[in-house]
Amino acid sequence: MRLIIREDPKAVAYYTANYVRQRINEFKPTRNRPFVLGLPTGSTPVEVYWHLVDFYKRGEVSFRNVITFSMDEYVGLPRSHPESYCSFMHRHLYDHINLRPENIHMLDGNAEDLAAECQRYEEKIKEVGGIELFLGGIGPDGHIAFNEPGSSLESVTRVKTLAYETVLANARFFGGDVNKVPKLALTVGVGTVRAAREVLLIITGAHKAVALAKCIEEGVNHMWTVSVIQLHPSAMVVCDEDATLELHVKTVRYFKSIEQVQEQLIGRQNISLKGSISKLVGYDPDQAYRPIADPSANEKSALDTDSSDVSHQDESDQGSITDSADDDQYSVDQSEDDGESDNVQEMDRNTLSATELTASGSSEANGTRTNGSLVPAAVTGNPF
Amino acid sequence: MPRISSPITQFFNCRILKNHQLVEDYLYVQDGKIIDPEKMFWDAKRKPDIRIDCKGGIVSPGYIDVQINGAYGYDFSNDTDIIEEAASNISKGLLLQGCTAYCPTTVSSRPEVYHRVLKHLGPRDGSIQNGAAILGAHVEGPFISPQKKGAHELETLRTAKNGIADFDECYGLDNLRRYVSYMTVAPEVEGVLDSIPKLIEATGINISSGHSNATTAQSSQALKRGANMITHLFNAMHAFHQRDPGIIGLLGSSESETRPFYGIICDGIHVHPHSVMIAYYAHPKGACLVTDAMSAQCLPDGYYKLGEMDVDVTSGHVYIKGTNTIAGSIITMAECVRNFIKFTGASKVEALENATLHPAQMLGIEHKKGNLIHGADADILILDDNLHVQRVFVAGIEATKENIKFSEKV
Repeated sequence: MRLIIREDPKAVAYYTANYVRQRINEFKPTRNRPFVLGLPTGSTPVEVYWHLVDFYKRGEVSFRNVITFSMDEYVGLPRSHPESYCSFMHRHLYDHINLRPENIHMLDGNAEDLAAECQRYEEKIKEVGGIELFLGGIGPDGHIAFNEPGSSLESVTRVKTLAYETVLANARFFGGDVNKVPKLALTVGVGTVRAAREVLLIITGAHKAVALAKCIEEGVNHMWTVSVIQLHPSAMVVCDEDATLELHVKTVRYFKSIEQVQEQLIGRQNISLKGSISKLVGYDPDQAYRPIADPSANEKSALDTDSSDVSHQDESDQGSITDSADDDQYSVDQSEDDGESDNVQEMDRNTLSATELTASGSSEANGTRTNGSLVPAAVTGNPF
Repeated sequence: MPRISSPITQFFNCRILKNHQLVEDYLYVQDGKIIDPEKMFWDAKRKPDIRIDCKGGIVSPGYIDVQINGAYGYDFSNDTDIIEEAASNISKGLLLQGCTAYCPTTVSSRPEVYHRVLKHLGPRDGSIQNGAAILGAHVEGPFISPQKKGAHELETLRTAKNGIADFDECYGLDNLRRYVSYMTVAPEVEGVLDSIPKLIEATGINISSGHSNATTAQSSQALKRGANMITHLFNAMHAFHQRDPGIIGLLGSSESETRPFYGIICDGIHVHPHSVMIAYYAHPKGACLVTDAMSAQCLPDGYYKLGEMDVDVTSGHVYIKGTNTIAGSIITMAECVRNFIKFTGASKVEALENATLHPAQMLGIEHKKGNLIHGADADILILDDNLHVQRVFVAGIEATKENIKFSEKV
């Protein structure tokens, strides 16, 4: 699992949108081989969608051959209700991009036969070849979609009764009145999400911290259904600093150092989008070993070149996203790290890819410092 | 009802007047109406076919002018023999100015004039063929006060001693029912107050107080009986006096539901800009911008006829020939809107609503005019930030000099 920690929800949203953009572009979808995307609703996804719309308007991504499946929908809420998930998706995403209406799949919470509707949905997913990338969030009780605590980890799309905590959390969209919140919803199952080829969870805010900790530091458990990503071969969590508040310091440092290691030792050019390392170009194992310094001590020194405030990256970096791959202005000396080679290779392939990088592109864009968080490398910049 | 297969037009890159605000959003039109795109999107899987780039401009409903006597040399009261030609040319000319709906106004006239012209001034949809929509005639007088006749001809004025029968004799009740949107009367004229509720019931028209010396008490009576509008506030009425504010005093009534709408001419000539501001802030929700334009609108300076009177036009002013009495104006709705902001410092939203929503509300048609809600007629303006009209759409189709041909009266 990759855990990408960014400074705040804005940075998390940008990272996610950018990742989706790059995944779609790298996939090069066609009519016969479309890119199938699973999409959530919620306040963090709103900002992700805003960025995606922005990328589309700039011509940096096309949704022509993208197919989407939504995660869930309230039961019994009229589709035209402003809080229905159909309205939400239309308002925030579908109305603005070139996604074809026939390629959009939403659960119908007003279907005559809800069970048949769920069945139809699962079949449709199979028909289009399964989901390539499923975006999702996490509830404060650790649920994914509406798979409340106690949901089977193999479950499929079905009707669920919403947990009290979820109803409370959603009341803010219904004028603060819990009585107006629908109590039933159609949701993809935990199994449905697991069946996707990649899962990306967006987790921000201190109120999600406990859930995140339960889901990645403790066992796979049906009371915290997101924990099932531990079993997924290609899972990524993008979170902000606040969401890490309940994680062990060791965990946070570990994942942050991975990004740093990748940046310094391995080099961006050797890491694929999904994080695998195929070969190490420009990397000489005969050079003397020199340990990587403790990231917390390093915040000022080793990372001089690439500390830039993430929140500025949106404005400054838009154009330079693709350029920065080739830009080797970051002056970290690669010869320093070779001794680490053995250690590097032993690490889990997937975890290594956590760093994308504080692309030099972003470092030159804005020389401002971060506010002393643990590893500026991980915090900075547009990773791609 | 929009048909599933008709093309959908989307206005984008704009700020739309919606829910009393300017919001960045899209506007969707199909079959001459504003539609909710989500139904088309989810049910018919349709995306827009025609996309109109508003270049960051403001999208507003088309202007509605409920007080206009003529333009381009034509006059609704005078050109009785060529009334169809007059209505046709004025409708087209107004459309290009950004006024997409209006009430052709007749000054006090003899019964034969009404019987001849009213049937040609009845409600008619706006379109590229017709020009601006006609909402029904506004019959201003002859049941008005001789002391406040303004430019109206004294001989045509009358009382309603015989109640509603006099109205029937003058206009024909059937004509009122079919062709007239509202009528201006003076509440103090004999027989008028009692006739107001009967007229409303018999014909369904709206009643407006104007050309009157009525006291506040009398005006209040008229309002209670259903007169929900005031014709060109300040003009041709008893001036504001601190102990008897007359019709103007209705704006200061303590419960806001009992305050009427009021037309106000913002050419800076009929009403002093400061008076506009005072009236507006006394009762913002009732303001209806009107032009009270006469036949010389959009014509060069010179000598013209209004009703049965002769007038002189000199640099934006129109006087009865040889006097200082204002005979009407030659301002356009678009200019009124801009002047209104200058005079009062109000927001663009308020100015636009005074020219669109309030007139529609006064006439009870805000579900289809004066509003950009789903189901309303697609009479749309694209304005720049200074509220200059850039593009005009009537029933969803763009009106340009190429497809709207009209002429001035020769």
